[in-house]
Amino acid sequence: MTAALPVLVLLTSLIPAGVTFFLAQDSHGLRNTLNLGGAVLKLGLIVWMLFAVAGGASYETTLPLAPGLVMLLRVDALALLFISLSATLWFLTTIYAIAYFGAKPELSRFFGFFSLCVAATTGLALSGSLISFFIFFELLTLSTWPLVAHKQDKPSLSAARVYLAYALPGSAALLWAIIWLESATGPVLFTDPPDLSALDPYALRTIFALFIIGVGVKAALVPLHGWLPAAMAAPAPVSALLHAVAVVKAGAFGVVRIIYDVFGAANVIALGVGVPLAALASVTIIWGSVRALQQDEIKKRLAYSTVSQVSYIVLGAALASPLAMIGGLVHLIHQGLMKITLFFCAGIYDERAGVKKITGLNGMGQRLPWTSVCFSLGAMGMIGLPPLAGFVSKFYLGLGGLQAGAPWVLGVLAASTLLNAAYFLPLLYRLWFLPAAPDATGNERAPALVIPAVVTAAAAVGVGLLAASPISPLGWATLIVTREYGP
Amino acid sequence: MSALVIVLTLPLMTALTVLLLPARARVPVVLASSALIVLAAGALVLAVWHGGPVTLAVGGWAPPLGIALRADGLAAALIMMSALVMGAVALAAQFELTPDRVGVRMGFGFWPLMLLLWGALNAVYLSRDLFNLYVGIELLSLAAVALVALSGSAQALAAALRYMIFALAGSLLYLAGVVLAYGAHGTLDIGLLAVRVPAHTDALALALMTAGLLAKTALFPFHVWLPPAHAGAPAPASALLSALVPKASFLILIRLWFEAMPDLASGAALLVLAALGAIAVIWGGVLALVQKRLKLIIAYSTVAQLGYLFFIFPLAGGDGSAQPWAAGAWTGAMFQALSHGLAKAAMFLTAGIYIAAIGSDRLGDLRGLARSLPMTGFAFALAAITLMGLPPSGGFTAKYLLMTSAFAAGQWPWALVLAGGGVLAAAYLYRPIAALFAQGARTPARPIPRVWQAVPLVLAALSILLGLLSAIPFDLLQIGRPAPAQEGL
Repeated sequence: MTAALPVLVLLTSLIPAGVTFFLAQDSHGLRNTLNLGGAVLKLGLIVWMLFAVAGGASYETTLPLAPGLVMLLRVDALALLFISLSATLWFLTTIYAIAYFGAKPELSRFFGFFSLCVAATTGLALSGSLISFFIFFELLTLSTWPLVAHKQDKPSLSAARVYLAYALPGSAALLWAIIWLESATGPVLFTDPPDLSALDPYALRTIFALFIIGVGVKAALVPLHGWLPAAMAAPAPVSALLHAVAVVKAGAFGVVRIIYDVFGAANVIALGVGVPLAALASVTIIWGSVRALQQDEIKKRLAYSTVSQVSYIVLGAALASPLAMIGGLVHLIHQGLMKITLFFCAGIYDERAGVKKITGLNGMGQRLPWTSVCFSLGAMGMIGLPPLAGFVSKFYLGLGGLQAGAPWVLGVLAASTLLNAAYFLPLLYRLWFLPAAPDATGNERAPALVIPAVVTAAAAVGVGLLAASPISPLGWATLIVTREYGP
Repeated sequence: MSALVIVLTLPLMTALTVLLLPARARVPVVLASSALIVLAAGALVLAVWHGGPVTLAVGGWAPPLGIALRADGLAAALIMMSALVMGAVALAAQFELTPDRVGVRMGFGFWPLMLLLWGALNAVYLSRDLFNLYVGIELLSLAAVALVALSGSAQALAAALRYMIFALAGSLLYLAGVVLAYGAHGTLDIGLLAVRVPAHTDALALALMTAGLLAKTALFPFHVWLPPAHAGAPAPASALLSALVPKASFLILIRLWFEAMPDLASGAALLVLAALGAIAVIWGGVLALVQKRLKLIIAYSTVAQLGYLFFIFPLAGGDGSAQPWAAGAWTGAMFQALSHGLAKAAMFLTAGIYIAAIGSDRLGDLRGLARSLPMTGFAFALAAITLMGLPPSGGFTAKYLLMTSAFAAGQWPWALVLAGGGVLAAAYLYRPIAALFAQGARTPARPIPRVWQAVPLVLAALSILLGLLSAIPFDLLQIGRPAPAQEGL
């Protein structure tokens, strides 16, 4: 049973995916039951594993594909951090997506790839070796392409093309790095750091750079971020998933794995590659915010904000100090909760009130009060107002920067906070203080759209307020760092 | 042993029978016979799996007096893959080649030619004698050229003529090499040649045979005949031509360089072969990228994909001195041959469905067809995943094994070509996929029977399964592997 557990968790999304493809378009009931049932089952298994792993247990499954090609699925504390996020948000996004699409056509295809995408994310989280990680990384690319292209109109298809144009060369770089490294060290397992002495420092630096290019495309590091704002053409539930859980998080999670489980923090510092990466992450943080400021479409502004915010995680990992790492890991969760709230709300504004542009938000606070409260909480969290989620992340990142001997990080954080405020506060002002246009319409008559946003917004507040408790994301991130990477 | 006899003789016997049958009985007989051959191929795989290589001395005479037939793991795997492709093509062709659709001549001519091709392929896979191989590959070329010419249009005849010139020139070069080898050693048996006393004409003989086989395998710069020939043939014929025919001449190259004369493999010669392969990967990919017709894209993709096979030479070849990476490279190239066969056949069959549905394979006309033919669109996308070498497909296993060996051998440029070739494949296959999945069908599609739609989907799914279940074909390929490819990994 314990050996089969990782596979079981994977199957809770793979089986719904496989079955959904073959369902008739109008079998809504069966499809929804299947997808929600899988999500609930998965959440149950994860809660079970959370308690077990906190008590010191671990689960592992090995599936040999060919000699040297072994699929290793493993549950460790870091895997659980990512998988809890994806399972929770998948469940909520499924409810949201069911309400969002209603009876539109081609839903079996959509939910099939939607589940496949979550299966890929789950597999990515559970991967215990580099090659397993790569296999699920590719599966993620392949399953998100149809989601981005879902509307099949010109902008969607062009966004999907841009996505692949970035993703596939990125994965070629990643495969190149993996095989180069493994040809010198043998298969790399995350539990068992490889012996890097077989390669000279120049080769190691090149391999590290290739790794970062490979996962950096998904993490939307500047200058590899161009696909992310373009992917806005996708339907709102896809954007929510892309920005909060699936693609960008897979990239950020990859950075964490590469720094801590492949190279090891000490080697990253010794090779001198941590600081350049931290600098690149800082550039991304600032650049994303500056570009966000220039957008007048809500989803575009949120997209550039994602570019900026995801790099907090990369920054935390690259600084390679324990506190910075806690900050980065906890931001993996915090950013996910806040950003999915914002995207849920952006989708509701679009769907229920036809508002796509920022100017359309004038006075929306009165027409769509629940949505607007959630949006405001998400935005304030992003800015980093205490005691909301974003503040906790920034606090630890700042401390971590000092601990790593990089006080300039404080400057980056301060600048970013100011920029965040500059691009989010005008939205809140429009929502609550400006009069609505005379022809404005809209209401919140679809509770299944609004409830997920309320839940995630509440969670984003909760994880900040209760950060000190051991079962909070912060508590779990601290456990990861002290147990697995502690001095 | 009886399975070996069936896969060799039943195709040829059925080819003759079909000529005599009335029109209505042809398809049932071909399908029944195909099913039998697929079963026999399965039995042969099982026999090799459990008992090692199966050998048959024809007429009870052992070489040098008689002719030996031998099914090692590689031959069994290729026979199985060919049987699956042939069976699938036969299933699809019965819908496509009805006389009312393509005329009586094509509807009649396809079946005997296909079976002749099948018998010739299996003969090449099993032969251990250079002259016997010559006969097999001649028969193969004749059937292939006739298949290209089948439609009888001026374009098809021109393509067939060009193909025939290359095929004949290749045969002559090969035959000249065979004559030289026979003159020097008095035997043409591969096993006996391996233990021969070296003669100074050996290098020339090997060079001549290799040049001839390269022309038949369409390695750059001998590839110019392939795209018009493969794209010009009727779709089921294109599937056979691209998926299977080049594999036969490639297999003879492997038999020559790894089994008959491994001692002659100099570093420079191996490097040249792989360099041509690398150019083929890039050049074929670039040309595929600029084509406007689906069948031409698929055909140029074959030029590119065949290029990967030639990385086997510097990575696994050589004089048999210890190379710890050799086995990985050898198996990787064979995985490429198998998965390309399945995926490429699936792709040409989908092209056939599109042509039957809308009467065109221009990319512009394919817009939105995924909506009316979803199974076919899905099959194309799955086959594309294999050709791009993305996990978890057979193409990925091939690429992974080859790349690992390239790094282990310190020959990373080949790995760079493998990675770049995958990106190029993604680029050229993206265009048809994007067209298929775009909104708004430009041309109304005629309905296509579900069985026909399912055939390429099954083949494409098999090419993915080959990666998911790599362990089984991997072990099969190791049975009776030539000694120079036996070290390590």
